[in-house]
Amino acid sequence: MMIEALIAVALLGALVTFVAPNRIAGKLAFAISLVPAAISLWLFTAFDGSGNALLDGELAFESQTAWLEIGDYSVSWFVGLDGISLPLVVLTTILCTLAIVSSWTPIDERESQFYGLVLFIEANLIGVFAALDFFVWFIFWEAVLIPMYLLIGIWGGPRRKYAAIKFFVYTNVASLVMFGSFIALVFGLGDSVTSFALPEIATAMVNGGPEGLFGLGGTALASVVFVGMFLGFAVKVPVVPFHTWLPDAHVEAPTPASILLAGVLLKMGTYALLRFNFTMFPDQVELYAVPIAAIAVISVIYGAMLALAQTDLKRIVAYSSVSSMGYVILGLVASTQFGVGGATFQMISHGLISGLMFMAVGVIYNATHTRMVTDMSGMADRMPIAVGILIAGAFGYMGLPLMSGFAAEYFIFFGSFGSELLAYSALFTSVAMFGIVIVAGYLLFALQRTVFGPYSLETDYDVGRAPVHDVASMVVLLGLIIALGVAPDLIFDMITDAIDPIIGGER
Amino acid sequence: MAVLELPDWTALAPALILAGTALVLFLLDSINPRSTNRSLLAGTAVVGSLASLAVAVWYTAAGVGATGIENHGVIDIMGGQFIVDQLALYFMIIIAVVTALVTVASYDYLRDHTYQAEYYSLVVLAATGMSTMAASNSLVTIFIALELTSLPSYALVAILKDNRGSVEAGLKYFLIGALSSAIFVYGVSLVYGATGSLQLEAIADGLGGAGEMGGLLGLGILMLIGGIAFKTASVPFHFWAPEAYEGAPAPISAFLSSASKAAGFVLAFRVFATAFPLEATTAIIGVDWTLAFVILAIVTMTVGNFAAATQENVKRMLAYSSIGHAGYVLIGLAALSADGGELVMGAAMMHLLVYGFMNTGAFLFVGLAEYWGVGRTFEDYNGLSEQAPFACAAMAVFMFSLAGIPLFGGFWSKYLLYTATIDAAADNAILLVLAAALVVNSALSLYYYSRLVKALWIEDPVTDRDQLAKPTGLYAAIIAAAVITVLILPAFGPIADAATEAAAAIIV
Repeated sequence: MMIEALIAVALLGALVTFVAPNRIAGKLAFAISLVPAAISLWLFTAFDGSGNALLDGELAFESQTAWLEIGDYSVSWFVGLDGISLPLVVLTTILCTLAIVSSWTPIDERESQFYGLVLFIEANLIGVFAALDFFVWFIFWEAVLIPMYLLIGIWGGPRRKYAAIKFFVYTNVASLVMFGSFIALVFGLGDSVTSFALPEIATAMVNGGPEGLFGLGGTALASVVFVGMFLGFAVKVPVVPFHTWLPDAHVEAPTPASILLAGVLLKMGTYALLRFNFTMFPDQVELYAVPIAAIAVISVIYGAMLALAQTDLKRIVAYSSVSSMGYVILGLVASTQFGVGGATFQMISHGLISGLMFMAVGVIYNATHTRMVTDMSGMADRMPIAVGILIAGAFGYMGLPLMSGFAAEYFIFFGSFGSELLAYSALFTSVAMFGIVIVAGYLLFALQRTVFGPYSLETDYDVGRAPVHDVASMVVLLGLIIALGVAPDLIFDMITDAIDPIIGGER
Repeated sequence: MAVLELPDWTALAPALILAGTALVLFLLDSINPRSTNRSLLAGTAVVGSLASLAVAVWYTAAGVGATGIENHGVIDIMGGQFIVDQLALYFMIIIAVVTALVTVASYDYLRDHTYQAEYYSLVVLAATGMSTMAASNSLVTIFIALELTSLPSYALVAILKDNRGSVEAGLKYFLIGALSSAIFVYGVSLVYGATGSLQLEAIADGLGGAGEMGGLLGLGILMLIGGIAFKTASVPFHFWAPEAYEGAPAPISAFLSSASKAAGFVLAFRVFATAFPLEATTAIIGVDWTLAFVILAIVTMTVGNFAAATQENVKRMLAYSSIGHAGYVLIGLAALSADGGELVMGAAMMHLLVYGFMNTGAFLFVGLAEYWGVGRTFEDYNGLSEQAPFACAAMAVFMFSLAGIPLFGGFWSKYLLYTATIDAAADNAILLVLAAALVVNSALSLYYYSRLVKALWIEDPVTDRDQLAKPTGLYAAIIAAAVITVLILPAFGPIADAATEAAAAIIV
C-alpha cells in the first residue's frame, strides 16, 4: 500500500494546494511534497525486490486489486516496483520538491493553481513508473499531459500558446499510435493472455509471441507493433526527427516545468521503451538493432550540433537533452548488461544533471531577465555560488569523472562497444563518443561567454546574488550527482539485477 | 429477495414518482400562481428526481426485472404494454440523474424568471415521458411517451418568452418535431398494417404473416428510424439540434441533449431488438436493417464532429458534438447483426451514462457563463479560469472526457465501444469501418474540445470583467457532474456488467 500512499498524498496535496490562498501555496506545496519524497526514500531503503518486474521478478511493494472486465480481458489496479522503476520514483519525488522550491521566485501569479498542478503531475509520474497494468499505466501516462500542457500554456514565455499546443498534439498523437499498436498486440496474442497485466503480456511475448491478427502473421504483427510503439515513444523521448516540440516546449515553459520536463517526462519515453519494446520484443530488437542504433547516434550528434548553434542558454540545455537521450537509446539497443544498465543509470543521471542545469539557468534568468548568451558576460562576478554550481553541472554533463554523467556514459559506451547483438557496434559507439566532444564544445563556449570575462549586462538595476533556497536546492542536486558519480553502485546494483532477465543468457 | 411482494405496477415507480412530482408542482402552482419561491419549487423537483433515481438504483440492486433464478424476472404490466427490465431501469437511472442535475442548476439560472412553477413542472413532466419511454413495450405506449416528452420540451425551449432566440428555437424545434412525430406515427401504422400488432413481441410474432407486405413493412421501419433519428438528434433529422440547443436556456439544452437523447436510444434499442428480430425481418423486407444504422452512425458522427470543429459559438459546438456522440451510440444498433452485439450495445449504453454526466455538465457550464453574462463565443470565454478556477477545472474535465482522455469516464466507454465493435467485426467486416470512423472522429474531436480548454485556461481575457458570482446551485451541479465523471472510473466494472446484462437480456 506504500505506492498508493505516495500517489494519494500527492493527489490530495494537489487538491489542497489548488484551494489554498495564493500567498501560502508555495510553502504549502513544498511541505506536502516532502511527504512523498520521504516515503520514496524510505521505499528505497526498504526495497526488497529482485529481478525484473515484467519477467517473473520479485516485486517490492506490490499491490493488485481486480477492477473491471473488458471482453475477455481483465483490468486490475496493479502496481509494484523493481530495480528499474524505484530509482525513477525517487528521482521524481526529489525533483518535484526541488522544482517547487525553484518556483518560489519566478511564479508570481495564480500560485495555488500552479503548485496544485505540479503536485498533480507528481502523482501521475509516480503512477507511470509504478503501474504494472497496461490501462493503469496508460491513464497515468496520458494524465501527465494535461498538467504539463497547462503549466506551459499558462505560466510560459511569450510563445507559450504555440509551444503548449505543439507539445500536446505531438505527444498525444504519439500516444494514440502507441495505444493502437499495443491493443492490436494484445488481441493478436489471443488466448495466451487473459488480462492487461504487463508481466503476463511480457511472459506471453517471450514465450512465443502473437498468433497474428487481421491477416497478419505473428511475426509480422509483432514487427508492426514494435515499430508503432517505437514511434510512439520516440516522440516522447524525443529522438531525431521527432524532437521539434522539445526546444519550443522548453524555451517557453517556466523553469520549474522545464526541470520536470527534462528531468522526468523525457524519462517516461525511455522507460516505456525499456519496459515495452526492449523487454517484450527480443526478436524485433535484434532485427531492428542497426536502424535504432543509427537513430540513436544521429540524435546524439545532431542534437549536439543543434545545441552548438544556439545562443539561448535554455535552448542549449534543451537540445543537449536530445543528445543525451540518444545515448540512452544506444545503450538500450546494445542489449548488454552495461549497455541497458548504463542507459537506465543515464536516465537518473540526466534527470539530476539537466534538472540542475535548468535550475541554474533559471536562477540567472530570474536575476537578469535574459537567457541570451550574447547579452551576458562575467556573471561569475555577481553570482559566484550559483554560477559555480552551473559550471559544476556543465562538467557533469560533459562527463567529468566522479560525477554521475561520467559513470552513465562510461557504462553505455563500455556496454555498446562490445555488443554482440548490434552489428557495427564499435563504429556506432565511436561515432557517438564524438558527441561528448561537441557537448564539451558548446557548454564551454557558452560558459566562457557568459560566466567569465569582465562583467557586463545592460540592466537598470543591480543584479544581486541568488536566493538561498535556490542555491540550497542546487546543492542538493549537485550532492546527488557527485554521490552517484563516486558510488554508482548505490543504484547500479539494483538496476543490473532488474536488467539481467531482459538481456537473457544468450547475449 | 424482497421481504414483501409489491404489486407489479410498483415496478414503474421511478416514472410514477416523477409524474407525482409534476402533479405536486401543479398543485403548488394552483395554490399560489404568482409564487416565485424558487427554493420550494426547485427543491420539490430535485427531491422528486432524486427519489426516482434512488428507487431505480434500489430496484437495479435488488434485481427487479432481472432474469435469472434468484431474481423476479421481467415484469409485464398491462398485458405487455409496459415492461420493466434491467434496460428500462438502467435508462431510468440516466434520466433521473440528468433531471436532478438540471433542476439543481436551474435554481440559479432561472432566478429572475416569472414562470417558475411552470418551468419545473414541464421539466419533470418531460422526464416522466422519458422514464415511461424506457419501459414502453408497445408502439402505442411508445408514441404516447414520445409525445409526453416532446410537448413539454417544445415549451421549455421557448420558455424565455422575451428572448427572440429562445422563441425562434422553440418554433423550429416544434416544426421539425411535429413533422417527425407524423412520420413516426405513419411508420407505426404501416408496421401495424403489415403485422397486425402494436405490442412489440406480438409484432415479432406477426412477422411470419407479413409475407408479401415486405415493402410496406420496410417503409414502416424506415419511418420509425426517422422518428428515432429526430429524438436522438441523428442525421438526417439533426438540423433542429444546434438551433434548439443554442436558443434554449442552457439547462434545457443539457436536459435535451443528455436525457432526451438517452430516451430516444432506449426506444430504438427496444424496438429494434424486440420487434424486428434481424433474420425474420431480413427474410421479409429483403434488406438487413442494421445497414441503415451503419450508414447513419458513420454519417452522424462525421457530420457532428466536422461541424463542431468549425463553430465559434460554444453552445453550438456542444450541440454538434452532441450529434457526434449520437453517432457513436448508433454503433450499438449497427452491430446488432453480429455475434457479440450485446457487448457493443452495452458499451453504447455505458457511453450514454457517462455522457449524461459529462455533457450535462458541459452545458451547465455554458449556463453558468450565460448567468455571468460573459458572452457566447470561444473568445468570450477567454481567461475565465483566473476568476473561476473551480468551474473551469470542471469544464476541462468535461472537455477532456468528451474527447476521450483516459483519466476520465468518456475514454472508457469509448474504448469499450471500440473493442466490442472490433470483436463483433469478426462476424461482420463492415463494422471495422465503424470502429475506424469512431477512432478517427474521436481523435479529431480533441481539436475543438481542447480549443475550449485553451480559451478558458491559457488565453488572456479580451475585456475586463467584473467579479464573477458563484451561484450555489449551478456550481453544485457542475462540480458534482465533474466529480462523478472522474470517480466513475473505479465503479466501471459493475456499470459495465449491468449494461451488458441489460443489453443481453433484450437481444433474442
